Amino acid sequence: MVAFQKIADSIILGNAKLARDLTEQALQDGLSPQEILENGLIAGMNVVGVRFRKNEIYVPEVLISARAMKAALENLSPMLTQTKVKPKGKVILGTVKGDLHDIGKNLVGMMLEGAGFEIVDLGIDVSPEKFASAVEQENANILGMSALLTTTMIGMKTVIDTLAVGNLRDKVQVIVGGAPVTQHYCEEIGADGYAPDSASAVDLVKALLDSK
Amino acid sequence: MRKSYLERLKEGTLLADGAMGTRLQSKGLSAGECPDRWNLTNSEKVKEVHREYVLAGAESLITNTFGGTRTKLTQCGYPEKQWEINFRGAEIAREIAGDDIYVVGSIGPMGKFLAPFGDMAEADAARDFKEQAKALDAGGADVLQIETMTDLNEIVIAVRAVKESTNLPVIASMTFDKGQKGYRTVMGIDVPTAVAALIKENADVLGSNCGNGIDELIEIMVEMRRYTDFPLLAKPNAGIPVIQKGEVVYTQGPDYFAARVQKLVQAGATVIGGCCGTTPDHIRAMALELNK
Repeated sequence: MVAFQKIADSIILGNAKLARDLTEQALQDGLSPQEILENGLIAGMNVVGVRFRKNEIYVPEVLISARAMKAALENLSPMLTQTKVKPKGKVILGTVKGDLHDIGKNLVGMMLEGAGFEIVDLGIDVSPEKFASAVEQENANILGMSALLTTTMIGMKTVIDTLAVGNLRDKVQVIVGGAPVTQHYCEEIGADGYAPDSASAVDLVKALLDSK
Repeated sequence: MRKSYLERLKEGTLLADGAMGTRLQSKGLSAGECPDRWNLTNSEKVKEVHREYVLAGAESLITNTFGGTRTKLTQCGYPEKQWEINFRGAEIAREIAGDDIYVVGSIGPMGKFLAPFGDMAEADAARDFKEQAKALDAGGADVLQIETMTDLNEIVIAVRAVKESTNLPVIASMTFDKGQKGYRTVMGIDVPTAVAALIKENADVLGSNCGNGIDELIEIMVEMRRYTDFPLLAKPNAGIPVIQKGEVVYTQGPDYFAARVQKLVQAGATVIGGCCGTTPDHIRAMALELNK
C-alpha cells in the first residue's frame, strides 16, 4: 500500500515521474482519488507553501513541485470527474491589471480543479471590465483575484467597485490573494475572503460555499 | 564633454537619477499601461522626468526602456515597436542629457521563466537582449544597465548578449530579499554566487536595485564588497510601498535617504540613485548631502 506521505514527499521534492507513478499505484491499491488528492498531493503542496513563505525554498523549487502536482493530477483528474456528479462550484480566476505574475494564481487554479471545482482562468493582466463581464456571463460562485505587487494590488478594489457599479457584486463571492495581500486589506476593500496560500484557498472556497 | 563612463567611476561616487516608472505614474501613466510605449506616444512626459532629475543634480539618466525586450513588449501588445521604443528611449534621454550627462540604457527582465522552469528558450532570450542592446546603443546610450534581475541565468544571458552586440560597458544589477538565509533573490541566488558569476561574464559594474529600502541596500553593498572590488551600484526603493487610504505610498522620503547616503557610500556603493518611489527630491537631497 502506498503511503500518502510518500506521495506528498514526491510533490515536495518535485519528482514528477515519481508523483505520477505513486498516484497510479495508489489508485491500483484501491485508494480513492479524493483521498490521494487531499492527503497526498495537497498535503505535499501545503508543505511547499509553508517552506516558501519561510524562505527555506525559492521560486524554482515551487515551480518544480507545481509541475509534479500537475503530472499527478493528470492521472487523477479523469477519475475525479467520473466520481462526482457535477462540479462543486465554479471559480473565476485572474491576476489584476498590470500584474503579470501568475505562479500563485496557477497553483490555486490547479488545487481547486483537483478539489472538484470548475475553473474559468482569465489569465494575467485582467482588466476590471473583463472580470465584470466574466462574472456577468459565467454564473460562477467565486471570483478570485491575485496580485504580486503592492502597486497593482490596489486594482482589486477597482474590480470590486466595477462589480458594484454593474450590479454584479451580489452574484459572486470575491476572494483575494498574493504576496502583499493581507486579511486586513481584504476587509478594507470589502472582499469576502483571503487565503495566504493555495491550499488554504481551497479551504476558503469550500467554507464560503458552505456558508451560503 | 563627458569622459567614458568607467573612467568617470574611477574618480568617485556618481549620483544617478531616481525612479522612472513611478514618476510616469504620477504624470498620468495608468496601472497596467505599457510605460515604454510612452517613448513614442507621450515623449514630452518622459523628457519631463529626465529634466527634473537633471535639475536635481543627477549625473546620469536612465532610459524609459525597462520593459523593452521583445518578449516583455509582446505581453503589453507592442512587439513590433521593439526597435523604435528602445531607440527613441535612448534618444529622448540623450536630448535632455546633452554632452555632459550619461545616458544609461535600461534593460529589465523578460517577465517569463527560462527553461527548465518555464518555456522560454535561452536562444530566444539572447536574441531579445541583443536586439534591445543594439537599439539602445544606436539611440545614444553610454552604458547599459541590466536591472531588477532575480534569475542568474537570465542576467548572465543578458550580460553576454550586450557584450556580443555592443561595445558598451554593462551594469549588472539584481534584486535581493532578506530572509532566513540572508539576502537572496526570489530564485534563491545569494550575493556571493551572483557576484562570482557576473564577474566571470565581464560585467563592468555590479549592483542591486529595487525590492528594498536604503537600509537593506547598505547591507547588500557591505556583503557585495566582501567579494569584489568592482564598482558597485545601489538604487534602493523609497522603502517598501504600503497602502494608505487606498493609495500606494512609499515610506522613505528625501530626508530619510539623505541621512543614510554617506553610509551607502561607505558601504561600497560607487553609483547611487533610486528605484521605485524615489523622486527628484530624493536625488536633490542626496546631492546636497554628498556635496557637503
